[in-house]
Amino acid sequence: MGYVAVKGGTIAIEESIKRLTYERLKQGKVIDVDRIEAGMRCLIDQVMSESSLYSESLAATAIKQAEGNPEEAVFLMRAYRSTLPRKHYSRIVRSEDMVVERRISACFKDIPGGQILGAAFDYTQRLLDFELNEETDEDAIIWLHEYALESGAENDHTVLDGLPKVLDYLREEGLLAACEDNDTEPDDVTKESIQFPTSRSQRLQILTRGQTGAVTSLGYAALRSYGALHPTVGELRIGNLPVYVDNPFTEENEDENAYYIGAIKVTEVESLFPVCKQMKHGEKEIEFGIGYGICYGQNETKAIAMSILDHCLETGNPEYPTHNEEFVLLHIDSVESTGFISHLKLPHYVTFQSELDSVRKSKKGGKSKERESVEEPRHEN
Amino acid sequence: MDEFEQPVLSVKNLRKQYGDGCANCKDRQAERLIRNYCPVCGTVYACQDINLDVYEGEILGVVGESGSGKSTLMSCLYFDQNVSGGGAYISSYHNGQRNLFTESSQQKRYIRNYLLGKVYQNPVLGLKINFSAIGNIAEKLIAAGDRRVEQMEARGKELLEHVNIPVYRIKEAPKNFSGGMQQRVQIAKALSNNPPLLLLDEVTTGLDLSVQASVLDLIKTIQRELKISILIVSHDLAVIRMLADRTVVMLEGRIVEQGLTDQILEDPQQAYTQELVHSLL
Amino acid sequence: MRINYNFAFFDESSKREIRRAILKAIAIPGYQVPFASREMPIARGWGTGGLQLTLSLVGKEDILKVMDQGSDESVNAVNIKKLITKTTGIKVTHDTGEASIIQSRHRIPEIPLQEGQILVLQVPLPEPLRYYEPSEYETKKLHAEQEYSGAWLMLFEQIMNYGNMATGADHPVMVHGRYVMAPSPIPRFDNPKLNRSKALILFGAGREKKVYALPPYTQVVSLAFDDYPFEVESFHNKCCRLCGATGVYLDEFIDEGTGATGATTYQCNDMGFCLHNLNQKSR
Repeated sequence: MGYVAVKGGTIAIEESIKRLTYERLKQGKVIDVDRIEAGMRCLIDQVMSESSLYSESLAATAIKQAEGNPEEAVFLMRAYRSTLPRKHYSRIVRSEDMVVERRISACFKDIPGGQILGAAFDYTQRLLDFELNEETDEDAIIWLHEYALESGAENDHTVLDGLPKVLDYLREEGLLAACEDNDTEPDDVTKESIQFPTSRSQRLQILTRGQTGAVTSLGYAALRSYGALHPTVGELRIGNLPVYVDNPFTEENEDENAYYIGAIKVTEVESLFPVCKQMKHGEKEIEFGIGYGICYGQNETKAIAMSILDHCLETGNPEYPTHNEEFVLLHIDSVESTGFISHLKLPHYVTFQSELDSVRKSKKGGKSKERESVEEPRHEN
Repeated sequence: MDEFEQPVLSVKNLRKQYGDGCANCKDRQAERLIRNYCPVCGTVYACQDINLDVYEGEILGVVGESGSGKSTLMSCLYFDQNVSGGGAYISSYHNGQRNLFTESSQQKRYIRNYLLGKVYQNPVLGLKINFSAIGNIAEKLIAAGDRRVEQMEARGKELLEHVNIPVYRIKEAPKNFSGGMQQRVQIAKALSNNPPLLLLDEVTTGLDLSVQASVLDLIKTIQRELKISILIVSHDLAVIRMLADRTVVMLEGRIVEQGLTDQILEDPQQAYTQELVHSLL
Repeated sequence: MRINYNFAFFDESSKREIRRAILKAIAIPGYQVPFASREMPIARGWGTGGLQLTLSLVGKEDILKVMDQGSDESVNAVNIKKLITKTTGIKVTHDTGEASIIQSRHRIPEIPLQEGQILVLQVPLPEPLRYYEPSEYETKKLHAEQEYSGAWLMLFEQIMNYGNMATGADHPVMVHGRYVMAPSPIPRFDNPKLNRSKALILFGAGREKKVYALPPYTQVVSLAFDDYPFEVESFHNKCCRLCGATGVYLDEFIDEGTGATGATTYQCNDMGFCLHNLNQKSR
């Protein structure tokens, strides 16, 4: 019998994991994944958006496993996403085709197609509702029945897809530079790491995957003082976008050959910023610039903040960190920031010992007596 | 013996414009421009066909009002900006046969590190403001290939002493220094690799008068001792008069007059130069 | 819904993508190759770069050793090993000599590596010039132009301030006379082991999305000045309290047994090496 390694680490880990399971189960109750899906819509939307993986059921499982911790749930989803082969890219999705559930504009009272409030917390009083403690599934069914009768939703034939964009109205008047279709293939940041300076498609992807809190904070900083911007929300729309993929067996990618694979709910924001434009003959004009935000699910604050940051990064004013693409894009990802911060919990014995050596040496006053310099080849320069 | 002395620096037809130009301004005919500005497309012609030579051991002054293109000229020569056209040649680089502006960025780096020194008007641009003063000197020496700490430290001390930075402050970061001190550290840094050519851009602007005098004095002394060639840019004719052997007068991106400094001050030929000289008197 | 993960976690095209980045890294020793770092089931900063390299390389015949700060049994090493064996079923070992792939955080094993072995080091911050220049765009240009004054300037400043180079771990190195490289936070003690290593050494930075490599027998020189040579941590007159080894990297312990005075004792940091010694002796 020789010496063997003490299996301390393995045993300790196993016990810690048991402890984690215990914390999840200790009250003798478990939450059904479909209940999470039914009742935690906003958390699911947040997790799907930050993990850039659209699946309510996977998000619900992740939330259950993470005991409701969004950072952990996003982590699980992202790791799972890595294992999925990517077989198809969808056809271009146009937000004009959205089946709208909510749509507001801060620019105009009346917009073609009308303001649609839809579902939002914005108009509620934030009073804790203690009646929810008593709520049952039966209550829900009764409420739904009454609501169907009252709203007459079944007989409502308002057309909710193909609604015109508010910004098109401004474009027609020439207040907004017409933007040409840009058909360059977007870069995929999950397949190729970003290089600076970045392309717009890279920026938008990093922003939409960004941690909700981080995107909001930086957007707020740009709005409050570090950028002196005050955008107007031209249009915020939430609804379902149909997604199609081309038939992989034919070369001609006609619309009618494409397969409908489902719909995704997104929040889309187009913000307007007054910008100064240099005209011919030295004249200047003010026109509107755009900031664009889009997120999976209903994530309104994040989408608006994203539209601010998009505009900031397009402008790139060197005075403000919120306009610096390295500063913004390299620090807003949930998995990256939480991972690196939590790695500080790992042992650093070796590195600390090495620092200790340096500190001791400098305390001794410069060069060590017992120099252990190593013979190394000299490089030639 | 060569028939003609080869200049240390030779600038040929240097051009720098901001903007793409348009049908109106592409020939740069004066009547179509407002000064050096195209009213149609907004293009600015900052330097137009600049030709000048700097000879060994001389100080060449470039004078002009702000917007005359003199600082743009300097940043082009130090590769801080790319030129729109033209060339520059240094005698100690491939015997003056290669246009510096068309060299690779790696070669430009070499030229900056080994053959040039520059002192900016704003010390923040020329210094690592958070690194020690002596570290700043060392940076330039390291870039020029030095790997001996004691030698670099000695050289740094010598230079900093030369520019009157007290020895007990050399390990301090220049961000703690006064403007005049920062400027002197910058001069020491620019000189550290014994460059054949030193570029000075408005080095005394923004300093108060007594400090100005001491910096000018320093430049004069250094030039005399090290026999270095200097190209100095200033809007201040007094500075030029004190330092420059020859002077070039710039206006709206062009050289309007050049000659011996005394001659230009005594007997200016161009209307603009006359105005400039009279304003000094 | 039950899901079986693919061999070594990734789908095959992801593995190929990572291997392509590795090949490029080997072709340009010391150059940081950007790669599309995947999100992993362990946290960014906990070895995802190294893990991705290991998973992209591992085959059914491989024998794996994972160590973290010298220990095969530290929680993170165990965790990484668990993930790899769970998705591959390959054999793991503590024995450096037996392993075909060694993934390590912040140490190079004391037992010299051999031809045919691969050492995968986990890297938190791959950019050796980051302190000197915060912008990635700028540091990329500095590398391209081989402008490394900043790396030496940082060392020069330390000498001016502290009388000596005061780098802890992660002392920068010059690779093959071309690229300055961060060796990952290995102690200075391990830097000389990089030079002309018989084994292939790979560096993976997951969060920063970079891979770089030292092919076998590459010249690696720790940055230093002519009159201030590179020095490793000193363990002069100290030996391991268990196996008696000298000339190895030692962990410092405050011996609780000796009361309040707390005498300092030392022990091999590389646990696999220490066990190896103890077993040799007991035989």
